[in-house]
Amino acid sequence: METVTDDDHREFLQRDRGVHPPAFTPDYKTSVLRSPRRALLSLQNSLSEVTGPTFGHSEIGELDNDLIRNYAHDGQPIGERCIVHGRVRDENGRGIPQTLVEFWQANAGGRYRHRNDHYLAPIDPNFGGCGRTLTDAQGNYVFRTIKPGPYPWRNFLNSWRPAHIHFSVFGSGFAQRLITQMYFEGDPLIWRDPMVLGIPDRAAAERLIAPLDMNAAIPLDMLAYRFDITLRGRQSTVFENKLQGN
Amino acid sequence: MVQPLPETFRETPSQTAGPYVHIGLIPQQAGFDIFETNFSNVVAGPDATGEPIRVEGRVFDGAGEPVRDVLIEVWQANAAGRYAHPADRQPGKEADPHFRGWGRTGSDFETGLWFFDTVKPGIVSGRHGRPMAPHLNLWIVARGINTGLQTRLYFSDEEAANAADPVLNLIEQKSRRQTLIARRETRDGRGVYVLDIHLQGEAETVFFDV
Ligand SMILES: [Fe+3]
Repeated sequence: METVTDDDHREFLQRDRGVHPPAFTPDYKTSVLRSPRRALLSLQNSLSEVTGPTFGHSEIGELDNDLIRNYAHDGQPIGERCIVHGRVRDENGRGIPQTLVEFWQANAGGRYRHRNDHYLAPIDPNFGGCGRTLTDAQGNYVFRTIKPGPYPWRNFLNSWRPAHIHFSVFGSGFAQRLITQMYFEGDPLIWRDPMVLGIPDRAAAERLIAPLDMNAAIPLDMLAYRFDITLRGRQSTVFENKLQGN
Repeated sequence: MVQPLPETFRETPSQTAGPYVHIGLIPQQAGFDIFETNFSNVVAGPDATGEPIRVEGRVFDGAGEPVRDVLIEVWQANAAGRYAHPADRQPGKEADPHFRGWGRTGSDFETGLWFFDTVKPGIVSGRHGRPMAPHLNLWIVARGINTGLQTRLYFSDEEAANAADPVLNLIEQKSRRQTLIARRETRDGRGVYVLDIHLQGEAETVFFDV
């Protein structure tokens, strides 16, 4: 059975740029030289935009969504155990099934297992800091991890990132491709962060903050946070077959 | 009063991929091995139909420096011009079981060079049946890029198809069309297409709001 429905050849709704940080956000200094300055060219969708890669269960390992175990060599990683879960849906509220969700993060001390990260905090020998999963038939995903720590970064002298998990999501068409970051409810660093503050719409930025979800916590084991992700929706009118011209 | 429209949601805001994007998407480049299956820059394996090619280039910032921590994904049609996706119902174009059409790569931390090994795509039928010249769809993320950039790569030896391409023709300033056209070279008998992408400046690449 195909996991892509008849709706999946419809065009995407125009992207609402008001929910995204503009390319040029000078308080996030790296954006200054890396931001295009010319207007983006608006493009009506063709097959090139409404299609996109598909992924199968054979590509995902059994422990890929368990960051507590997927790099554990001679013990468990240090830090607060937690569950992160949510639903990937589109702007129309439809769950997006069997789409690839990838996530990566620093360890409990705020250090990444990356050859370019030289922060003082130690590498955790039992923590890799990355994972991935496919959403289920309703668009739900879940993974276990260690709550990441905040870390300093070279922007202003005293810049600290709030604790966060990076997310990469596909959707069913390449125009839905999205990378974002999830923050944790109650973190005082969130509203000091130039990446969060780069989002022009406060309500949109708040949607990056995952609430504590006690109903999904496992008593005596771990807390849970819920993070729903919304990708672009498709037009609701019946498609008139202009896309492929036949 | 009127009937309410069905409830809608707003898209989740984009955030930069940051300097450590490799951990999540290509962990081997971050310096460790964790997954059994790794995604790579091989878009088409040796059994795929079509002309094997390499596509390579660098991404430059506004100061003319190569961006050494960029991650690029490619999405393309097969040699017959068909996407490996069920919504592609173009008549008369076969799917290729050896061809996925998607890959990802990180630029080299020293040189900023990135490349994909693939086959040259065919012509895809565009809107209203207007043929689109062979092209790759590219998506670019990095530290300092707040929302992934969408662009296309066309081929220098497809002059006639490029001249008729409905997307290239949308670009008003003809000189800017060149920012999307990769230059063909031949190395060891294989076609290599080179495209440098400029995030900013005189030669700024055309990026799309798709
Ligand atoms: Fe980070």
